[in-house]
Formats: sequence, C-alpha cells, structure tokens
Amino acid sequence: MSVSTEIAERYLSIYTENIEKISGNSSDYINSFRKEAFEKFRELGVPTKKNEAYKYTNLNIFFDHDYKNYFIPVTSDFVRAEEFRCDVANLDTHGIVLLNGFYPTINGKLRQLPGGIIVGSLNEAAAKYPGLIREHYGKYADSATDGLIHLNTAMAPDGMFMYVPEGAVLSKPVQIVNLVYSEEDIFNQHRNLIIVEKNAEASVMVCDHTLSPNKFLTNAVTEVFVGENSHFDLIRVQNEHNNAGKITHTFIHQEKDSVASSNNITLHGGLVRNSTYHYLGGQGAETMSYGLFLTDKWQHVDNYVSVDHAFPNCSSNQLFKGVLDDMSTGSFNGRILVRQDSQGTLAYQRNNNIILTDDAKMDSKPQLEIYADDVKCSHGATVGQIDEDALFYMRARGINTREARLMLMFGFAHEVIQNLKIEALRERLDNLVMQRLRGELSRCASCVVKCG
Amino acid sequence: MLVIENLKAAINGKNILKGISLEVKPGEIHALMGPNGSGKSTLAAVLAGREYVEVTEGSVKYNGQDLLAMAAEDRSKEGLFLGFQYPIEIPGVSMVNFMKTAVNEHRKHKGLEPLSASDFLKLMRDKKELVEIDSKLANRSVNEGFSGGEKKKNEIFQMAMLEPMLAILDETDSGLDIDALRIVANGVNKLKKPDNSFIVITHYQRLLDYIVPDIVHVMYDGKIVKTAGKELALELEEKGYDWIKKEVENSFVA
Repeated sequence: MSVSTEIAERYLSIYTENIEKISGNSSDYINSFRKEAFEKFRELGVPTKKNEAYKYTNLNIFFDHDYKNYFIPVTSDFVRAEEFRCDVANLDTHGIVLLNGFYPTINGKLRQLPGGIIVGSLNEAAAKYPGLIREHYGKYADSATDGLIHLNTAMAPDGMFMYVPEGAVLSKPVQIVNLVYSEEDIFNQHRNLIIVEKNAEASVMVCDHTLSPNKFLTNAVTEVFVGENSHFDLIRVQNEHNNAGKITHTFIHQEKDSVASSNNITLHGGLVRNSTYHYLGGQGAETMSYGLFLTDKWQHVDNYVSVDHAFPNCSSNQLFKGVLDDMSTGSFNGRILVRQDSQGTLAYQRNNNIILTDDAKMDSKPQLEIYADDVKCSHGATVGQIDEDALFYMRARGINTREARLMLMFGFAHEVIQNLKIEALRERLDNLVMQRLRGELSRCASCVVKCG
Repeated sequence: MLVIENLKAAINGKNILKGISLEVKPGEIHALMGPNGSGKSTLAAVLAGREYVEVTEGSVKYNGQDLLAMAAEDRSKEGLFLGFQYPIEIPGVSMVNFMKTAVNEHRKHKGLEPLSASDFLKLMRDKKELVEIDSKLANRSVNEGFSGGEKKKNEIFQMAMLEPMLAILDETDSGLDIDALRIVANGVNKLKKPDNSFIVITHYQRLLDYIVPDIVHVMYDGKIVKTAGKELALELEEKGYDWIKKEVENSFVA
C-alpha cells in the first residue's frame, strides 16, 4: 500500500464515523453523490507530487495528521462564534459571517438581499429550491484526476449558497468573513454553490481568518455558474496562520457573452493551494484569473489555473504575482486549453515573482494545449529580485532603502489589485497588502473585521 | 558648497575618474562638458552615491560634510539632487505616492511635520505649473510609459518639488526636441535662486543657449582639462572637441 493510499485510509474512518450525521442534514440529491465519490477518492488518494498538477506541493504535511475533529457545525458552534462576531468595518457591502466555511444555522433562514438575491446554507437551499440544486450541483466540478474533489463531494456537510436571479444587479459587493476557529485541530470541508442567472451582475469577496492557533486543514469546493451576458467577480482574501492548510477548488462555468473574474489574494497561510478552473462555455465569454501571494518563513503557496476555451471567440487573461521572503516556496501552474473549434480565441498568461532571499524558491509552469489555428495566445514567467536601479532612483529622492523596497514591492503587487473594479475594494486590499509588507498584519487590524 | 579634491574612481577595476578637482560656490551655475566616455556621468554617479562606482582616492566635501560617507538618501535630504540621464520606470508606484513620500522624508529630516494631503496636492499643482508638466503625468506610475521628453520634464518637476541646494543635471537635454528643451531650461531658470547651485552636464552647447553658466569645465579622459567662462561653450560648439583632445595629447608629449 502506498503512502498516499495509507493516508486515504485515515479518511475512511472519518467517513465511516460521520457519514450518517452528514447525510442526515443534507438533501437526498446531494447525498446521492457521496458513496461513489468516496470510492473514487479511495482509488485516487490524496494527490502526491507524482500528480503533474501537484508537482511542487507536498500535501502530506497537512493530510498526514490526526485531526481530533471533523467539523460538522451544530447550532451551539455558531453561538460561540457569535462572540467573535464583530462589526464589519464601514465598507459599503452586504456583510455575512461564516464559521469554518459554514453559514450560521442559528435562525435557520436564507437571507434575502435586494434584487431577489438569496444567500444562505447549501442544505437550506437544497430543501427549499431543489430544482436549482438539481440543475447546478455537481455539474461543474470536474474531478477526474483530483481525489480531493471527490473527498469533498463525499463528505462536505454543508456550505454557502448564493443565488442571483435573472436581471438582478447587486450594486454593493457581498462580503463574507469566514472565521476559522476551533479549540482542537480540525479537518474541515465545505461545499459552495453560486448561481448567477442571465443578465445579472454580482461580486463576492470572501476573507478567511484563523482565530485560534490550532492546526486546521480546509478542503473546499466552490461551483459557480455565470449565465448568459452576466458579470461576476469572486475575490478571495486569505489570511490564515502558519499552522493552517487551505485547499480550494473553484470551478467557474461561463455561458455566452458572460464576464467573470477570480482574484486570489493570499496574504498569509501555512500551506495554500488554490485551483481555479475556468470553463468558457459559450461564444464571446471573457474570463480573468488573477492572483497575488506574499509569503515568508516556511509558507508555501501553490496556484493552479486551468482555462478551457471550449467555444470560439472567447478571451482569457491570467496574471499571477508573488513576493517570496525567507525560505518560503511557491508554485504556479497555468493551463490554457484551446479546443479544436475554438477559433478566434485570445488567451494570455503572465506570472511574475520577486524572490527576496537566496533560500526562497518559486516554480512556474505554463501548460498550453492549442488545437485551433486562429488563436492569439501568449505566456510569460519571470522570477527575479528587487530592481536595484529603481531602488537607487528612489533613494536619490530621499526615500530610505527600507521604505523604497516596500514601495517597490507594493507597486509590484498593485498591478494585481488594480484589476478590481470596485474602488473601495481596491483601496482596502492595497492597505492590507501594505500592512502585510510592513509586517503589521495582525488578526484584528486586518481585513474587514475589527475586533475588541 | 561643494569641494571636490583629486577625486579618483573606478568601475569594475577600470579607472574612470583620474583626479578631478572642482569647487562650486552658492549661487553658481557650472556647465560640465566633454566628449562621450570622458567620465561626466561617472562623476554625477559618485556625487549621488551610486554603489557600483568605487572611489579610490580624493575627497568630496558638501557644506563641510564628507559627502562620500553619506548614504544616497541622506545626500538627497541634505539638498543634493541628481537629474538622471535615464530616468527609471517604476510600475505600480504612483507619482503622487512617490513624491509625497520623498517630500515628507525631506520634511522629517528638517524637523517639520508631514504635509497634509491637501497641502501636498496644492504643492504638486503649483510645481506642475511652474515646470509646465502635463497634469496627467502626475497621476500615472513613475515614468511608466512616459516619452523621453516627458521623463526629462519629470526630473525637473521632481527637482522643483524637492528644492535642492545643489542640483546635478546629467545630460537632461539629450534626446529632447526644442520645445522640451525650452521647458526644461525654463524650469531650471525659474528654480534658480541667489543661493542655490547647479552643475549642468551636457554634451552639446545648445542647452547653454537657455541656461547661462558662470563657469564651463571640459572633461576628457577622466580629468577636467579646461575651465573658463561661458565663452568656452561657444568655442566648443564652433570647433568641436578635437582641438581639446589635441591640446591634451600635446601637453603629454611636451
């Protein structure tokens, strides 16, 4: 038995112990996928470096650990989490607080936002809107080779649900603060579903914060449907401690003439793996995949992106940037698939990294598979140091070396932030990045939550 | 204000400056001329504090202080300004943020409070007008995508913001069309006060049609080989640098 399947056996006991409880809270439809998914997970195991998509990331550090608790929220957990609930700072948003990825069940209600938009727990939604769940759940998460997606399908107890009906325009972003909190080491899986119908517009910002020092492992799957001529932005701000492992799999399915963006801003975290899959499923669709990560100590951040140009005349743009300090490591893998009939495709990819020390390391791998001939496609990757000429130029104007370096790193990072369409979010993220670079990013001063 | 004595400097072990002596008094405009490769830009680099140039001998006193012992940022805060021959593009750092940081570092050094946002913007506006720089440039990243002329005008703008006591303009005129040249020269003339000084490094005489120097030096092969009044620039324009080269070579033979 290989190491990876041995680890998989560890998750068999978690499955056996919890599946009844998990299924008891979920709808029959969602439960109908669980058994087969778990079999597939046992077959595939936890991905190892032999898996091309995980070549530079060792997941065992987090998966080979005896978690005391597989987190299935009960109402009392949310009561406790309420103690940590603080005011969302005066950013003009619809604020929502989650605990370990789960929507509070205290009131057991789905929340209605202006324009008929619905936000709430997936289980709640499955009970109330079974049609929507049947139409979308499990339809976009393509899990052929990644055992972790099957593990999530098999065992995720619940997650967040959001529905934006046809024609609805959400002028303010939905801001979700996800508190990661437990008094013991936990393994945690949630499953999110976001449905944006035709001609609608919405943006969602999710901020992850660890609030207790325990070891956490999160394996989350998010499916997003973006209907014809709709506009959707997903912004994720990750701020977790060095003992937290975060694996996210995000599937964005786009219909004709839709525009979508994914923005992964990793400010802090022990091990972070973000897999983002963009499926351009109709002519004229446009997708953007942006990412920024700042690492130090022993942190590792891995961004995996896959863009599938399944229809003609679509465009995609990937921009990922990293600043790596100390002995931290990072990797980027950007895949572009242009299918045979996808003529008129525009696909761009860029990955730039700054390495601040000799011990930090970055691996960057483009992966282009182009089967159409009328295609404009480019990719580029750089790994370099701080620009010494720029540094001197700033010093020659009276700015000290430390400040000049900070400004240069900030400027480097800003190229990713400036793509956000909402100015208030840009400012907020610029501030967070600056605080992070200055080493001032504490739990409570950061992001949107102001505690104490 | 500035006293350079027998300054020798090397880059990667190659001697470039071979004994420069020069004194700049308050209120003076010096022109430093000479053919390519004579060491003009290396001298500017030493004065501004670039680390790749190694000073092997000599001294530089700036207002009585040992300039060579000061960090580049401290030289700036003490009122020394270098206008770059090739201004650097800094993507992602806005002109506003760059200048605000620089101005406030200078103020802190003088024991002054940082400028308020509105006072700073007013200062920017005033100085932009003074040097006739396009307003939009100030909203962009530092020098990013600027034309050659815009970059040079931006150097003059930064000089106006920082109000140096001694400004060294390293071939600020190179690559400028006549309008840009006029704007750059006007900027310098407007910023000229009775007690501040300039060293204008230039390859051509034409900038000196607009900026009238008190003293003209000619550099050749790492040394100042001729120093005279402004008429020297005209003579150079007429005869080129060859006669100087010959004069120097003959003096070695003799």
